[in-house]
Amino acid sequence: MRRKFSLLALLFILFIGSVAFAHDNHSHAGEHPEALAEKDTPEKVKGFIKHHLKDAHYFELFHGVKMPLPIIIWDEGLKVFSSGDFKKKEVKEARAADSTITFQKLGINDTVAKDAKDYLYESQTSGYSIFHGKIIAAKHADIQLKLNKEGKKKLVSHSALLDFSITKTVLMTFIICVLLFLAFRGLSSSYRKGPIPSGFGRLLEPLVLFIRDDIAIPNIGEKHYKKYMSYLLTVFFFIWFVNLAGMTPLGINITGNIAITLSLALITYLITQFTANKSYWGHIFWMPGVPVPMKFVLMPIELLGTIIKPFSLMIRLYANITAGHVVLMSLIGLVFFASNLFSFGAFFGLTLFLGVIELLVAFLQAYIFTMLTALYFGAAVEEHHDEH
Amino acid sequence: MTIPNIVGAGLIVIGAGLGIGKIGGSAMDAIARQPEATSKIQTAMIIAAALIEGIGFAALFAA
Repeated sequence: MRRKFSLLALLFILFIGSVAFAHDNHSHAGEHPEALAEKDTPEKVKGFIKHHLKDAHYFELFHGVKMPLPIIIWDEGLKVFSSGDFKKKEVKEARAADSTITFQKLGINDTVAKDAKDYLYESQTSGYSIFHGKIIAAKHADIQLKLNKEGKKKLVSHSALLDFSITKTVLMTFIICVLLFLAFRGLSSSYRKGPIPSGFGRLLEPLVLFIRDDIAIPNIGEKHYKKYMSYLLTVFFFIWFVNLAGMTPLGINITGNIAITLSLALITYLITQFTANKSYWGHIFWMPGVPVPMKFVLMPIELLGTIIKPFSLMIRLYANITAGHVVLMSLIGLVFFASNLFSFGAFFGLTLFLGVIELLVAFLQAYIFTMLTALYFGAAVEEHHDEH
Repeated sequence: MTIPNIVGAGLIVIGAGLGIGKIGGSAMDAIARQPEATSKIQTAMIIAAALIEGIGFAALFAA
């Protein structure tokens, strides 16, 4: 069984590798040869970290080894094509007097100042291009930008299309979901054979019990905890696995994406509101035990509080993971600037230390999210026997 | 990033650090006094620390 799995994993890696290299061959043809000889600069490291935090339409295993992912857009009908179709195009800016900017093609011999240079990805076969992560239905010559008051460039000629693409984040989320499904199928089917789980389930069982006994029952109560267990377990293991996947060198950053944490917090919010009992709403709209004028004052505050709670859940997870990734990648970047062996060792040790801390944070954030979610559920179903 | 932003971010970090430090210190005291209540104290400590951290991050985003 184990041998079969490792064989499958090997095949999978080979498959990814072959696809990646096949794509790599033709994407490298048009690049400048002197780009390889460039040295690392702090700006480059900064750019690399920024690039890592963003979602992408391809999966990059090593530098330059890219696996294209499908792009799905809504442009008067659903259109699906591969992102391998897009090629990087360097352009120079032409600024008009009324602060509008248009792009012109940059030749190989052109020397343009750095701030007048930009790039976008153009499709070879269709009329689409990707400009700073946004898919637009235009080629570089048709794009018009405008400088706003803060001196930032804003796209004015086209609006971004509705983008349902399977990006790096979406793909990895799917893979984590499949992994979780397989792991917990294994755990549940092993109970059919006997009371003791086998294999990976032995690691999962104590965690499931930990969530039930230390998170769900103390916060929600013996009476109601069962109906929330499925969500608590799902959210805990999803966040934990996703955070751990973010610590692998695959360069993925799922919980550091605010859309993901927004969806998780939104589900918590909806479950809290829809399973809440009378006493919960009573405490929001007509706080018992305070004078009547105070009840009117407390009403908007409490109502706002219901939204602030999931909002803080969202921000906490997103900011923690993003900050962790930035710090870790900056330290990894520092290793490349070490001038002697001592500083090299020091930076390496620091990176290793922070990497281990981040593994702890990965668990801690999953725990805190689940804990606070359970706390909010507990507040929603709490029963008050006495007026206070 | 302008200088007021950086100073603001620094103040936020000082405030959040003091807050979390106080919580951690008090939890240590409490655990030393009542080792049998360790798990309950830890839970309450982590929740309080997480709330402060949330405010800290929210402020950092604003800065």
